[in-house]
Amino acid sequence: MAVAAPGVAGPQQYLENQVRWRRVEIAFWLATVLPFILTPTYLSLASQIAITALFAVSLDLILGYAGIVSLGHAAFFGLGAYTAGLVSKFVWGEPLTGLLIAAAVAGLVGFATSFIIARFRHLALIMITLGLGLLLHEAANSASWLTGGSDGLQGVDIWPLLGTFKFDLYGRTAYAYSLIVLALLFLVARRLIHSPFGLALRGIRENAVRMSAIGAANRTHIRKVYTIAAVIAGVAGALLAQTTETVSLEVLSFQRSADVLVILILGGAGRLYGGILGAIIYMVARDQLSGLNPQYWYFWIGLLLVAVVMFLPNGVLGGLARLTRPWLGGRR
Amino acid sequence: MSGPALSTRGLNKRFGSLVVAKDVALELPRGVRYALIGPNGAGKTTLINLVTGMLRPDTGRIFLGEDDITSLAPEARVRRGLARTFQINALFPHLSALEAVALAVCERRGLARVWWRGLPDYRDAADEAYAILASLLLGEHCYRLTHELSYGQQRLLEIALALATRPRVLLLDEPAAGVPKDESAELFTAISGLSADLTVLFIEHDMNIVFRFATRIIVMVGGSILVEGTPEEVAEDSRVREVYLGKSHHG
Repeated sequence: MAVAAPGVAGPQQYLENQVRWRRVEIAFWLATVLPFILTPTYLSLASQIAITALFAVSLDLILGYAGIVSLGHAAFFGLGAYTAGLVSKFVWGEPLTGLLIAAAVAGLVGFATSFIIARFRHLALIMITLGLGLLLHEAANSASWLTGGSDGLQGVDIWPLLGTFKFDLYGRTAYAYSLIVLALLFLVARRLIHSPFGLALRGIRENAVRMSAIGAANRTHIRKVYTIAAVIAGVAGALLAQTTETVSLEVLSFQRSADVLVILILGGAGRLYGGILGAIIYMVARDQLSGLNPQYWYFWIGLLLVAVVMFLPNGVLGGLARLTRPWLGGRR
Repeated sequence: MSGPALSTRGLNKRFGSLVVAKDVALELPRGVRYALIGPNGAGKTTLINLVTGMLRPDTGRIFLGEDDITSLAPEARVRRGLARTFQINALFPHLSALEAVALAVCERRGLARVWWRGLPDYRDAADEAYAILASLLLGEHCYRLTHELSYGQQRLLEIALALATRPRVLLLDEPAAGVPKDESAELFTAISGLSADLTVLFIEHDMNIVFRFATRIIVMVGGSILVEGTPEEVAEDSRVREVYLGKSHHG
């Protein structure tokens, strides 16, 4: 992986190299505008991909960086979605404030549960996150007076963005909105992983026992990143609710927690772009394959997952990085 | 001289019927180089685990300087100046050596909670990490990932990580375990070159190393301290010869 380039001048230079924006990154973000031109009829899908990518980035912060495995991350996605939906139904339909309130609610619940999360690891953690996810799903299901239960939340009405851009049928506003929010929160996540705190998270992932032997307060770190990840997942959920103007019980489902995990592993965990790449591959594949034979779509995803984990342990992005390293130099 | 840098009183620990620490009373003055020796299963590593808080004693108290640290969590003890290394490498395989030591420096300086500024903004943390690595001859290897370093370099990184916490007391659990004999002397030369203020306790099986580098020696058998004294006193002691040196010299 990161092999020091021969020209490394000193520790300072080395660390700056790690943080530097790569050309590939800039090219990628420029390319995200292409769907407006190339596939204008697929902007709704593009918007869904951006939302899923954001959700996967939030999971990457806890799983890929801090090593916290969660099978219930949809809890925060769903919380964000329902909060945004309910705000628009009962308070007002202004999207940006709705987004902020959804983020706050998801963050609060994330902070509250982080005290449990920080105490456990490995299998216990998987079971606890799974349990919390199921708990919330059932709670939303039984509170049908509020959430609409299995019929989904009706009456979500989102006002035009900034009072100007209406959420049209083609999904132009939806994609622009989702993409901008994704890009902004991606910047935050990128800053985070290159900070001293981000380094500490990788330390926890690599060796939690050694972390306490160098004086690190692991639990405080874990609580913090878990809360931040919950906020981002909540924003992703809120984006889905606002851009589709519906909220179904599926946003809290186990399926969604499992899907985002698959997406992240597929793309490559611990690389930040892995979640985005995974979301693109997964969503486009689902769109194409389910058109062919909808029942069997998970067969192909299953096959893809097994193949990737067997042959590309660091995901598609890890495989690509290995292929292109000779050209790009010391790229992590 | 002021009081001891590290001391324990009546430390007891048992796992079921197995006694691993029995009334252990230590007193390490400041600046000494202590060797902790004893046959396998004597409770040497257990003692380090008890002192650093990785194990809880059944009874007894532990003091760092004047302060009772018995009830503190391991990381809190580290922040007060008690660091350790591990007999089996406990490193961060996918961090570079520089990142790993910079991480320890950041934790000590309270920077590890900062998530809105980049690591390169903290120039002096990186410089300090580099200086520590350079002092242990890892300067030119510090950009490599930990798991790519040679075994001997990883042993040195163990010590570098501990030093980055700026300890007053350093506990080294077989720092030269698995290192070839000629290199282990080199490693101990590095250890003996550490600051004279630093109190060092090391576990080591090679008696040549022990007698060359230790200013005082503690002999443990069956969870309790058998003898404590200068190398000469320990070498003369008939009980030590009987239970340890006599039976399995260089064991």
